[in-house]
Amino acid sequence: MARLRLRTGSRTQRRELVEKAMQACFMLNGTVAILALAGILIFLLKESLPALVELGPGATILGTRWNPTSMNPGYGMLPLIVSTIMVTVGALIIAVPWGIATAAYISEVATVRLKEMLKPAVEMLAIFPSVIFGFIGLVVVAPAVARVFGMTNGQVALTGSITLAIMALPTIVSVAEDAITGISRDYREAAYALGATRWQAVRMVVLPAARSGITAAVMLAFGRAVGETMAVLMTTGDATGMPLTEVLGFITGPDFLASVRTLTANIAQEGLNVPWGSLHWQALFLCGLILFILTFAVNLTADLVMHRPAGGRRRVS
Amino acid sequence: MNRRLRQREAVNLTLLRLAALLLLAVLAFMLYWVVSRGVGVISRSFIFDAPRERMTAGGIWPAIVGTTYVSLGTLLISMPVGIATAIYLNEYAQEGTWNRIIRLAIRNLAGVPSIVYGLFGLGVFAALLRLGTSLAAASLTLSLMTLPWIVTAAEEALRSVPQSFREGSFALGATRWQTIRHQVLPYALPGMATGSILGLARAAGETAPILLTGAAYFLPRLPSSPLDQFMALPYHLYILATQHSSLTQVRPLAYGTALVLLALVMLLNALVIIVRSRARAKKTW
Repeated sequence: MARLRLRTGSRTQRRELVEKAMQACFMLNGTVAILALAGILIFLLKESLPALVELGPGATILGTRWNPTSMNPGYGMLPLIVSTIMVTVGALIIAVPWGIATAAYISEVATVRLKEMLKPAVEMLAIFPSVIFGFIGLVVVAPAVARVFGMTNGQVALTGSITLAIMALPTIVSVAEDAITGISRDYREAAYALGATRWQAVRMVVLPAARSGITAAVMLAFGRAVGETMAVLMTTGDATGMPLTEVLGFITGPDFLASVRTLTANIAQEGLNVPWGSLHWQALFLCGLILFILTFAVNLTADLVMHRPAGGRRRVS
Repeated sequence: MNRRLRQREAVNLTLLRLAALLLLAVLAFMLYWVVSRGVGVISRSFIFDAPRERMTAGGIWPAIVGTTYVSLGTLLISMPVGIATAIYLNEYAQEGTWNRIIRLAIRNLAGVPSIVYGLFGLGVFAALLRLGTSLAAASLTLSLMTLPWIVTAAEEALRSVPQSFREGSFALGATRWQTIRHQVLPYALPGMATGSILGLARAAGETAPILLTGAAYFLPRLPSSPLDQFMALPYHLYILATQHSSLTQVRPLAYGTALVLLALVMLLNALVIIVRSRARAKKTW
């Protein structure tokens, strides 16, 4: 009897031990994501701050000459930053109207059969590896751009924007479509009851009601496009000059027909051959830090917009 | 309805339709382009031979093997960690601030640019941990990157297991871990598997992170240890498309590589669809 009790006693003890160990193990794993995110930020800061301190922001973030391997090295990242923003904004100018129109078509107009064709198509576009987008951009889009604008070299910012636009489409379409589908049926019925046509209901009721979700879609696409490497690296040529030109003769504006190099492409181009720990290395980490902060800010804002407390989403103004 | 209104209605709806059809057309073109250009290059020797004569001839076998190794290495690390994170979030943690912070971290981790992962991997795994640019460093880098996707998929799988399964198990006196082990995991497994395969497919297609952490321009031999460099399909395509000294001569090889890479990614995604529909058919509750 005593022996039996001892044995059951040890078994419950063991069970408790296993229970505690498993809980600790899962808890530990739960923190990995936080550690990873914090780790990336801290490491980027630690590697890049020495360069920022030594050279000052004027010669790095605001400097206009990037040429770290010359005798008189330049670490100015402004052309890279301007190129990044330019290519991304160009892509969104193409992809946002296209994506929202497609999302509206899928959820409001399309027949069931067409819907069943369009949704997998959007998903399929999303799984194309980025290097294949880059390859198609290089072999198909670049020569087309060169022909249209009568240039010898089609690897320019515009080519990158077109390629990126197609890459960003699936993000915009799927997130915007979710937002539009989430709008209550009552809204449409109320619009129709007031005599609105289908287009009027979409344009004046459904799209405004889904505004926060659509905003999130655009921001997520922006974050995705800013951080894309291969598609841009392979299509925009490789020039570190400031991509500006005179528009209408007197205003300085972005030159979409210039070859550019974005922050991501810059890291990809130079990250392999740079001596570990050098000033050049630190400058590349500063590029990484700028990218991290830019995407983090955009994604966080998109997150806040999307996960706003219920009710805020349904309100029409 | 007056005529002008009706006309405007028709024009606007047609514009929406054109946007959607243009998307279909672009996708169809891309598929056709990759397949039609690549299919003539594919042969037994293209798949199973190593590159020869400065990569102007021969095949892509080392790149296929390298991509397989690095993807499996990635899965080996990110799957256990990702699934454990999901179990913690869904089965242990109380809804609260801490839980929200973890979820926020996961969502933001998914938004970090892939080249920043590459830079981080180069700095931490290759330089700081002295793994060098290698299979191990690249796998670790990619597993950090795939972690958020796997957590999200695994959590979705766990959420789809009815709460009553857990309650029934607790009522019979089972502990939390026993409940998870015997009543939750078996039913969440197909969903976790498909999520992991999707992660594998995306890892296999990534270029930017491995470009900095271990992919090699050219290696005649297959990697024999985790500390070796490796060739990879996406990086090989990038090299053939932009970095090779005689670009036009190797263009056909690039077409073939693109087709093999796309076919690999598509096959993995098709596998997911099959596993999913099988699991759905077996579902009895």
